[in-house]
Amino acid sequence: MAEKGEEMKLLATWFSPFAYRVIWVLKMKGIEYEYVEEDLGNKSPLLLQSNPVHKKVPVLIHNGKPLAESLVIVQYLDNICKSSPVLPDDPYQRAMALFWSNFVEEKFTENIKKVLVLGGEEQAAGAKGAEAALATLEAQLAKKKSKFFGGESIGLVDIALGYISVWLEEIEEVGGIKVFDSEKFPCLAKWMQDFLEIPTVKENHPNKADLIPYLRYLRQVGPAVAFQHG
Amino acid sequence: MATGEEVKVLGYWSSPYALRVKWALKLKAVEFDYMEEDLTNKSALLLQLNPVHKKIPVLLHNGKPVAESLVIMEYVDETWKQNPLLPQHPHQRAIARFWAKFVDEKEGEEQEKAAKEAREHLKTLESGLEEGKPFFGGESIGFVDIAAAWIGVWGEITGEIVGIKLVDEEAMPLLTACFQAVLQTPLLKECLPPRAELLEHSKRFRQKLMAAAAAST
Repeated sequence: MAEKGEEMKLLATWFSPFAYRVIWVLKMKGIEYEYVEEDLGNKSPLLLQSNPVHKKVPVLIHNGKPLAESLVIVQYLDNICKSSPVLPDDPYQRAMALFWSNFVEEKFTENIKKVLVLGGEEQAAGAKGAEAALATLEAQLAKKKSKFFGGESIGLVDIALGYISVWLEEIEEVGGIKVFDSEKFPCLAKWMQDFLEIPTVKENHPNKADLIPYLRYLRQVGPAVAFQHG
Repeated sequence: MATGEEVKVLGYWSSPYALRVKWALKLKAVEFDYMEEDLTNKSALLLQLNPVHKKIPVLLHNGKPVAESLVIMEYVDETWKQNPLLPQHPHQRAIARFWAKFVDEKEGEEQEKAAKEAREHLKTLESGLEEGKPFFGGESIGFVDIAAAWIGVWGEITGEIVGIKLVDEEAMPLLTACFQAVLQTPLLKECLPPRAELLEHSKRFRQKLMAAAAAST
Protein backbone atom coordinates (compact mmCIF):
# COMPACT_ATOMS: atom_id res chain seq x y z
CA MET A 1 0.00 0.00 0.00
CA ALA A 2 1.03 3.61 -0.58
CA GLU A 3 3.33 2.64 -3.44
CA LYS A 4 5.18 5.12 -5.57
CA GLY A 5 2.88 7.82 -6.83
CA GLU A 6 0.31 7.11 -4.13
CA GLU A 7 -0.28 9.96 -1.81
CA MET A 8 -1.51 9.37 1.75
CA LYS A 9 -1.76 12.44 3.97
CA LEU A 10 -3.08 12.70 7.51
CA LEU A 11 -4.25 16.06 8.85
CA ALA A 12 -4.09 15.83 12.62
CA THR A 13 -3.06 17.37 15.89
CA TRP A 14 -0.46 15.92 18.27
CA PHE A 15 -2.89 15.74 21.20
CA SER A 16 -5.93 14.24 19.46
CA PRO A 17 -6.94 10.71 20.52
CA PHE A 18 -9.05 10.50 17.36
CA ALA A 19 -6.01 11.19 15.18
CA TYR A 20 -4.11 8.47 17.01
CA ARG A 21 -6.75 5.89 16.16
CA VAL A 22 -5.87 6.49 12.53
CA ILE A 23 -2.11 6.66 13.18
CA TRP A 24 -2.16 3.33 15.01
CA VAL A 25 -3.97 1.61 12.17
CA LEU A 26 -1.77 3.19 9.47
CA LYS A 27 1.35 2.05 11.33
CA MET A 28 0.05 -1.43 12.11
CA LYS A 29 -0.75 -1.96 8.46
CA GLY A 30 2.61 -0.57 7.38
CA ILE A 31 0.99 2.18 5.30
CA GLU A 32 3.30 5.09 4.62
CA TYR A 33 1.82 8.51 5.04
CA GLU A 34 2.67 12.16 5.43
CA TYR A 35 1.68 13.69 8.77
CA VAL A 36 0.46 17.28 8.69
CA GLU A 37 0.05 19.09 12.01
CA GLU A 38 -2.98 21.38 12.04
CA ASP A 39 -3.29 24.51 14.12
CA LEU A 40 -6.95 24.40 15.16
CA GLY A 41 -6.87 28.11 15.98
CA ASN A 42 -5.83 28.77 12.40
CA LYS A 43 -7.16 25.97 10.23
CA SER A 44 -5.43 25.36 6.93
CA PRO A 45 -7.29 25.86 3.65
CA LEU A 46 -6.63 22.17 2.98
CA LEU A 47 -8.47 21.15 6.15
CA LEU A 48 -11.42 23.44 5.48
CA GLN A 49 -11.62 22.20 1.92
CA SER A 50 -11.21 18.52 2.87
CA ASN A 51 -13.71 18.49 5.72
CA PRO A 52 -16.12 21.31 4.97
CA VAL A 53 -18.91 19.61 6.91
CA HIS A 54 -17.23 19.36 10.30
CA LYS A 55 -13.92 21.25 9.87
CA LYS A 56 -12.34 18.76 12.27
CA VAL A 57 -9.32 16.52 12.43
CA PRO A 58 -8.38 13.83 11.69
CA VAL A 59 -8.77 13.94 7.92
CA LEU A 60 -7.15 11.34 5.68
CA ILE A 61 -6.39 12.37 2.12
CA HIS A 62 -5.66 9.43 -0.17
CA ASN A 63 -4.64 10.36 -3.69
CA GLY A 64 -6.39 13.68 -3.27
CA LYS A 65 -9.62 12.17 -1.96
CA PRO A 66 -10.44 13.26 1.60
CA LEU A 67 -12.15 11.29 4.34
CA ALA A 68 -13.24 12.43 7.80
CA GLU A 69 -14.38 10.79 11.05
CA SER A 70 -11.77 8.59 12.69
CA LEU A 71 -13.76 5.36 12.81
CA VAL A 72 -14.95 5.77 9.20
CA ILE A 73 -11.29 6.28 8.21
CA VAL A 74 -10.25 3.16 10.13
CA GLN A 75 -12.88 1.08 8.33
CA TYR A 76 -11.66 2.52 5.03
CA LEU A 77 -8.05 1.56 5.76
CA ASP A 78 -9.21 -1.94 6.61
CA ASN A 79 -11.04 -2.05 3.28
CA ILE A 80 -8.01 -1.09 1.20
CA CYS A 81 -5.27 -2.92 3.09
CA LYS A 82 -5.65 -6.51 4.17
CA SER A 83 -2.66 -6.80 6.50
CA SER A 84 -3.35 -6.63 10.25
CA PRO A 85 -7.13 -6.66 9.82
CA VAL A 86 -9.11 -4.54 12.23
CA LEU A 87 -12.53 -6.00 11.42
CA PRO A 88 -13.40 -9.70 11.20
CA ASP A 89 -14.58 -11.30 7.95
CA ASP A 90 -17.79 -12.75 9.34
CA PRO A 91 -20.72 -10.33 8.86
CA TYR A 92 -22.18 -11.03 12.31
CA GLN A 93 -18.85 -10.50 14.07
CA ARG A 94 -18.39 -7.31 12.08
CA ALA A 95 -21.83 -6.12 13.16
CA MET A 96 -20.89 -6.77 16.79
CA ALA A 97 -17.66 -4.81 16.35
CA LEU A 98 -19.52 -1.88 14.78
CA PHE A 99 -22.17 -1.98 17.52
CA TRP A 100 -19.59 -1.87 20.32
CA SER A 101 -17.44 0.81 18.73
CA ASN A 102 -20.59 2.95 18.32
CA PHE A 103 -21.30 2.28 21.99
CA VAL A 104 -17.82 3.49 22.93
CA GLU A 105 -18.39 6.76 21.03
CA GLU A 106 -21.95 7.48 22.12
CA LYS A 107 -21.88 6.33 25.71
CA PHE A 108 -18.28 6.74 26.76
CA THR A 109 -16.49 9.30 24.57
CA GLU A 110 -19.37 11.80 24.51
CA ASN A 111 -19.50 11.62 28.31
CA ILE A 112 -15.78 11.83 28.95
CA LYS A 113 -15.68 15.01 26.84
CA LYS A 114 -18.13 16.51 29.33
CA VAL A 115 -15.87 15.52 32.20
CA LEU A 116 -13.02 17.36 30.50
CA VAL A 117 -14.64 20.66 29.57
CA LEU A 118 -17.81 21.09 31.60
CA GLY A 119 -18.52 21.81 35.25
CA GLY A 120 -21.18 21.37 37.88
CA GLU A 121 -24.14 19.13 37.17
CA GLU A 122 -23.32 18.62 33.50
CA GLN A 123 -19.85 17.38 34.33
CA ALA A 124 -21.21 15.12 37.06
CA ALA A 125 -23.71 13.66 34.60
CA GLY A 126 -20.87 13.07 32.14
CA ALA A 127 -18.85 11.27 34.80
CA LYS A 128 -21.79 9.09 35.74
CA GLY A 129 -22.45 8.27 32.09
CA ALA A 130 -18.81 7.47 31.40
CA GLU A 131 -18.63 5.19 34.42
CA ALA A 132 -21.80 3.37 33.43
CA ALA A 133 -20.38 2.85 29.94
CA LEU A 134 -17.17 1.44 31.42
CA ALA A 135 -19.20 -0.96 33.53
CA THR A 136 -20.97 -2.26 30.44
CA LEU A 137 -17.68 -2.56 28.57
CA GLU A 138 -16.12 -4.36 31.53
CA ALA A 139 -18.94 -6.90 31.50
CA GLN A 140 -18.56 -7.35 27.74
CA LEU A 141 -14.82 -7.90 28.00
CA ALA A 142 -15.23 -10.31 30.91
CA LYS A 143 -17.72 -12.30 28.83
CA LYS A 144 -15.37 -12.53 25.88
CA LYS A 145 -12.55 -13.96 27.97
CA SER A 146 -10.02 -12.84 25.33
CA LYS A 147 -7.10 -10.48 25.65
CA PHE A 148 -8.76 -7.78 23.57
CA PHE A 149 -12.29 -6.93 22.39
CA GLY A 150 -11.09 -8.08 18.97
CA GLY A 151 -9.84 -11.42 20.28
CA GLU A 152 -6.17 -12.24 20.66
CA SER A 153 -5.24 -9.25 18.52
CA ILE A 154 -6.83 -5.80 18.55
CA GLY A 155 -9.91 -4.93 16.56
CA LEU A 156 -12.12 -1.93 15.89
CA VAL A 157 -13.49 -1.72 19.42
CA ASP A 158 -9.99 -1.77 20.93
CA ILE A 159 -8.93 0.97 18.50
CA ALA A 160 -12.02 3.01 19.41
CA LEU A 161 -11.52 2.74 23.18
CA GLY A 162 -7.74 2.36 23.35
CA TYR A 163 -7.05 6.07 23.76
CA ILE A 164 -8.09 5.80 27.41
CA SER A 165 -4.85 3.96 28.15
CA VAL A 166 -3.04 7.25 27.46
CA TRP A 167 -5.59 10.06 27.82
CA LEU A 168 -7.98 9.00 30.59
CA GLU A 169 -5.82 9.68 33.63
CA GLU A 170 -4.97 13.12 32.33
CA ILE A 171 -8.62 13.92 31.56
CA GLU A 172 -9.56 12.84 35.08
CA GLU A 173 -6.83 15.02 36.56
CA VAL A 174 -7.74 18.11 34.58
CA GLY A 175 -11.48 17.60 35.01
CA GLY A 176 -11.03 16.85 38.69
CA ILE A 177 -13.24 13.75 38.65
CA LYS A 178 -12.17 10.13 38.80
CA VAL A 179 -14.10 7.86 36.49
CA PHE A 180 -11.97 4.72 36.28
CA ASP A 181 -11.56 2.46 39.29
CA SER A 182 -9.27 -0.49 38.58
CA GLU A 183 -10.89 -2.45 41.39
CA LYS A 184 -14.30 -2.03 39.80
CA PHE A 185 -12.97 -2.67 36.31
CA PRO A 186 -10.18 -5.28 36.59
CA CYS A 187 -10.58 -6.63 33.06
CA LEU A 188 -10.39 -3.14 31.56
CA ALA A 189 -7.40 -2.32 33.78
CA LYS A 190 -5.50 -5.31 32.42
CA TRP A 191 -6.74 -4.56 28.91
CA MET A 192 -5.37 -0.99 29.13
CA GLN A 193 -1.96 -2.33 30.13
CA ASP A 194 -1.98 -4.85 27.29
CA PHE A 195 -3.09 -2.21 24.81
CA LEU A 196 -0.27 0.11 25.82
CA GLU A 197 2.21 -2.75 25.43
CA ILE A 198 1.42 -3.16 21.74
CA PRO A 199 4.59 -1.88 20.02
CA THR A 200 2.71 0.37 17.57
CA VAL A 201 0.83 2.01 20.44
CA LYS A 202 3.80 2.09 22.80
CA GLU A 203 5.91 3.92 20.24
CA ASN A 204 3.17 6.24 19.04
CA HIS A 205 1.34 8.41 21.52
CA PRO A 206 1.75 11.89 22.94
CA ASN A 207 3.81 12.39 26.05
CA LYS A 208 1.39 12.21 29.00
CA ALA A 209 3.15 15.10 30.70
CA ASP A 210 2.65 17.27 27.61
CA LEU A 211 -1.05 16.44 27.52
CA ILE A 212 -1.90 17.98 30.88
CA PRO A 213 -1.25 21.65 30.03
CA TYR A 214 -3.03 21.19 26.71
CA LEU A 215 -6.06 19.57 28.30
CA ARG A 216 -6.14 22.39 30.87
CA TYR A 217 -6.23 24.85 28.00
CA LEU A 218 -9.14 22.97 26.41
CA ARG A 219 -11.00 23.09 29.73
CA GLN A 220 -10.44 26.81 29.87
CA VAL A 221 -11.66 27.59 26.36
CA GLY A 222 -14.78 25.49 26.68
CA PRO A 223 -16.73 23.11 24.44
CA ALA A 224 -17.10 25.12 21.24
CA VAL A 225 -13.37 25.31 20.72
CA ALA A 226 -12.40 22.12 22.50
CA PHE A 227 -14.41 19.71 20.39
CA GLN A 228 -12.72 20.22 17.08
CA HIS A 229 -11.82 16.65 16.52
CA GLY A 230 -13.83 13.53 15.93
CA MET B 1 -36.54 -16.98 1.97
CA ALA B 2 -34.21 -19.96 1.92
CA THR B 3 -35.47 -22.99 3.84
CA GLY B 4 -34.62 -22.67 7.49
CA GLU B 5 -33.69 -18.99 7.19
CA GLU B 6 -35.39 -16.98 9.90
CA VAL B 7 -35.46 -13.20 9.64
CA LYS B 8 -37.37 -11.16 12.21
CA VAL B 9 -37.52 -7.42 12.73
CA LEU B 10 -38.60 -5.88 16.03
CA GLY B 11 -39.81 -2.37 15.32
CA TYR B 12 -42.20 0.43 16.07
CA TRP B 13 -44.65 1.87 13.56
CA SER B 14 -43.52 5.48 13.82
CA SER B 15 -39.80 4.84 14.07
CA PRO B 16 -37.72 6.05 11.13
CA TYR B 17 -34.94 3.74 12.33
CA ALA B 18 -37.17 0.69 12.01
CA LEU B 19 -38.24 1.99 8.61
CA ARG B 20 -34.61 1.92 7.44
CA VAL B 21 -34.38 -1.78 8.24
CA LYS B 22 -37.67 -2.60 6.50
CA TRP B 23 -36.53 -0.69 3.43
CA ALA B 24 -33.15 -2.42 3.32
CA LEU B 25 -34.75 -5.87 3.51
CA LYS B 26 -37.47 -5.00 0.98
CA LEU B 27 -34.96 -3.66 -1.53
CA LYS B 28 -33.14 -6.97 -1.32
CA ALA B 29 -36.39 -8.96 -1.48
CA VAL B 30 -35.60 -10.67 1.82
CA GLU B 31 -38.70 -12.02 3.51
CA PHE B 32 -39.05 -11.20 7.16
CA ASP B 33 -41.47 -11.36 10.06
CA TYR B 34 -42.23 -7.97 11.48
CA MET B 35 -43.01 -7.70 15.19
CA GLU B 36 -44.48 -4.46 16.49
CA GLU B 37 -43.16 -3.52 19.94
CA ASP B 38 -45.16 -1.65 22.54
CA LEU B 39 -42.52 0.80 23.68
CA THR B 40 -44.46 1.56 26.86
CA ASN B 41 -44.32 -2.12 27.73
CA LYS B 42 -41.23 -3.63 26.11
CA SER B 43 -41.34 -7.34 25.44
CA ALA B 44 -39.08 -9.79 27.21
CA LEU B 45 -37.74 -10.67 23.78
CA LEU B 46 -36.62 -7.09 23.06
CA LEU B 47 -34.93 -6.78 26.46
CA GLN B 48 -33.18 -10.06 25.84
CA LEU B 49 -32.07 -9.23 22.31
CA ASN B 50 -30.92 -5.67 22.98
CA PRO B 51 -29.99 -5.60 26.65
CA VAL B 52 -27.55 -2.73 26.19
CA HIS B 53 -29.96 -0.14 24.75
CA LYS B 54 -33.37 -1.84 25.01
CA LYS B 55 -34.34 -0.13 21.77
CA ILE B 56 -35.79 -1.02 18.43
CA PRO B 57 -35.04 -1.81 15.70
CA VAL B 58 -33.49 -5.22 16.28
CA LEU B 59 -32.88 -7.71 13.51
CA LEU B 60 -32.94 -11.36 14.41
CA HIS B 61 -31.30 -13.59 11.81
CA ASN B 62 -31.29 -17.31 12.51
CA GLY B 63 -31.39 -16.55 16.22
CA LYS B 64 -28.61 -13.95 16.16
CA PRO B 65 -29.64 -10.40 17.15
CA VAL B 66 -28.24 -7.23 15.57
CA ALA B 67 -29.15 -3.78 16.96
CA GLU B 68 -28.70 -0.17 15.70
CA SER B 69 -30.26 0.63 12.34
CA LEU B 70 -27.04 1.53 10.49
CA VAL B 71 -25.25 -1.53 11.87
CA ILE B 72 -28.21 -3.66 10.81
CA MET B 73 -28.09 -2.11 7.33
CA GLU B 74 -24.42 -3.01 6.94
CA TYR B 75 -25.12 -6.54 8.16
CA VAL B 76 -28.02 -6.91 5.74
CA ASP B 77 -25.86 -5.61 2.89
CA GLU B 78 -23.11 -8.13 3.64
CA THR B 79 -25.41 -11.08 4.21
CA TRP B 80 -27.66 -10.68 1.16
CA LYS B 81 -25.59 -9.65 -1.80
CA GLN B 82 -28.34 -8.71 -4.27
CA ASN B 83 -29.03 -4.99 -4.85
CA PRO B 84 -26.03 -3.72 -2.92
CA LEU B 85 -26.71 -0.73 -0.71
CA LEU B 86 -23.14 0.39 -0.18
CA PRO B 87 -20.99 1.26 -3.18
CA GLN B 88 -18.19 -1.14 -4.15
CA HIS B 89 -15.43 1.43 -4.27
CA PRO B 90 -13.75 1.83 -0.84
CA HIS B 91 -13.67 5.63 -0.93
CA GLN B 92 -17.32 5.87 -1.93
CA ARG B 93 -18.20 3.35 0.79
CA ALA B 94 -16.48 5.54 3.32
CA ILE B 95 -18.28 8.65 2.06
CA ALA B 96 -21.62 6.83 2.36
CA ARG B 97 -20.80 5.87 5.96
CA PHE B 98 -19.79 9.46 6.66
CA TRP B 99 -23.14 10.84 5.44
CA ALA B 100 -25.17 8.17 7.20
CA LYS B 101 -23.41 9.10 10.46
CA PHE B 102 -24.09 12.77 9.77
CA VAL B 103 -27.81 12.07 9.36
CA ASP B 104 -27.84 10.17 12.65
CA GLU B 105 -25.94 12.82 14.59
CA LYS B 106 -27.78 15.83 13.26
CA GLU B 107 -31.26 14.69 12.33
CA GLY B 108 -31.69 12.59 15.42
CA GLU B 109 -31.68 15.88 17.25
CA GLU B 110 -34.31 17.33 14.98
CA GLN B 111 -37.15 17.08 17.43
CA GLU B 112 -35.34 18.94 20.13
CA LYS B 113 -33.38 21.51 18.23
CA ALA B 114 -34.71 24.57 16.50
CA ALA B 115 -36.11 23.88 13.07
CA LYS B 116 -33.74 26.51 11.69
CA GLU B 117 -30.71 24.50 12.72
CA ALA B 118 -32.23 21.37 11.22
CA ARG B 119 -32.60 23.24 7.93
CA GLU B 120 -28.91 24.17 8.00
CA HIS B 121 -27.98 20.52 8.48
CA LEU B 122 -30.19 19.56 5.57
CA LYS B 123 -28.44 22.13 3.38
CA THR B 124 -25.17 20.47 4.35
CA LEU B 125 -26.61 17.08 3.48
CA GLU B 126 -27.59 18.49 0.08
CA SER B 127 -23.88 18.95 -0.61
CA GLY B 128 -23.50 15.18 -0.55
CA LEU B 129 -25.60 14.86 -3.68
CA GLU B 130 -24.28 15.23 -7.22
CA GLU B 131 -26.11 17.02 -9.99
CA GLY B 132 -27.37 14.53 -12.53
CA LYS B 133 -27.39 11.62 -10.07
CA PRO B 134 -30.82 11.09 -8.54
CA PHE B 135 -29.63 9.34 -5.37
CA PHE B 136 -26.79 9.39 -2.86
CA GLY B 137 -26.24 5.87 -4.20
CA GLY B 138 -25.87 7.23 -7.72
CA GLU B 139 -28.30 5.78 -10.27
CA SER B 140 -29.99 3.54 -7.72
CA ILE B 141 -31.11 3.84 -4.11
CA GLY B 142 -28.24 3.17 -1.72
CA PHE B 143 -27.18 3.22 1.89
CA VAL B 144 -27.47 6.95 2.56
CA ASP B 145 -30.79 7.23 0.71
CA ILE B 146 -32.27 4.57 2.98
CA ALA B 147 -30.68 6.21 6.02
CA ALA B 148 -31.94 9.71 5.20
CA ALA B 149 -35.13 9.67 3.11
CA TRP B 150 -37.41 9.39 6.16
CA ILE B 151 -36.57 13.05 6.69
CA GLY B 152 -38.76 13.80 3.68
CA VAL B 153 -41.82 12.59 5.62
CA TRP B 154 -40.88 13.52 9.17
CA GLY B 155 -39.58 16.89 8.01
CA GLU B 156 -42.88 17.66 6.34
CA ILE B 157 -44.79 16.78 9.49
CA THR B 158 -42.53 18.82 11.74
CA GLY B 159 -42.84 21.64 9.25
CA GLU B 160 -46.60 21.48 9.48
CA ILE B 161 -46.51 21.62 13.26
CA VAL B 162 -43.91 24.40 13.68
CA GLY B 163 -44.67 26.30 10.49
CA ILE B 164 -41.17 26.12 8.98
CA LYS B 165 -40.49 24.12 5.85
CA LEU B 166 -37.59 21.84 6.65
CA VAL B 167 -37.05 20.19 3.29
CA ASP B 168 -37.26 23.26 1.11
CA GLU B 169 -37.31 22.71 -2.63
CA GLU B 170 -35.75 26.10 -3.30
CA ALA B 171 -32.92 25.82 -0.80
CA MET B 172 -32.36 22.07 -1.29
CA PRO B 173 -33.51 21.08 -4.75
CA LEU B 174 -31.38 17.94 -5.06
CA LEU B 175 -32.31 16.68 -1.60
CA THR B 176 -36.00 17.33 -2.18
CA ALA B 177 -35.92 15.42 -5.45
CA CYS B 178 -33.93 12.54 -3.93
CA PHE B 179 -36.28 12.11 -0.98
CA GLN B 180 -39.33 12.31 -3.27
CA ALA B 181 -37.92 9.65 -5.55
CA VAL B 182 -37.21 7.30 -2.64
CA LEU B 183 -40.55 7.90 -0.93
CA GLN B 184 -42.53 7.39 -4.15
CA THR B 185 -40.89 4.02 -4.86
CA PRO B 186 -43.86 1.64 -4.38
CA LEU B 187 -41.89 -1.02 -2.50
CA LEU B 188 -40.72 1.59 0.02
CA LYS B 189 -43.86 3.72 0.05
CA GLU B 190 -45.94 0.80 1.32
CA CYS B 191 -43.76 0.61 4.46
CA LEU B 192 -44.47 4.20 5.49
CA PRO B 193 -46.62 4.78 8.56
CA PRO B 194 -49.99 6.40 7.82
CA ARG B 195 -49.48 10.16 7.58
CA ALA B 196 -52.47 11.25 9.67
CA GLU B 197 -51.45 8.98 12.53
CA LEU B 198 -47.85 10.10 12.29
CA LEU B 199 -48.95 13.73 12.48
CA GLU B 200 -51.02 13.06 15.61
CA HIS B 201 -48.20 11.07 17.16
CA SER B 202 -45.70 13.86 16.47
CA LYS B 203 -48.02 16.50 17.93
CA ARG B 204 -48.46 14.48 21.10
CA PHE B 205 -44.72 13.85 21.34
CA ARG B 206 -43.95 17.56 21.01
CA GLN B 207 -46.57 18.40 23.64
CA LYS B 208 -44.90 15.97 26.02
CA LEU B 209 -41.48 17.52 25.32
CA MET B 210 -42.79 21.04 25.88
CA ALA B 211 -44.58 20.01 29.08
CA ALA B 212 -41.40 18.39 30.35
CA ALA B 213 -39.37 21.48 29.48
CA ALA B 214 -41.90 23.77 31.19
CA ALA B 215 -41.94 21.53 34.26
CA SER B 216 -38.19 21.73 34.62
CA THR B 217 -37.82 25.53 34.40
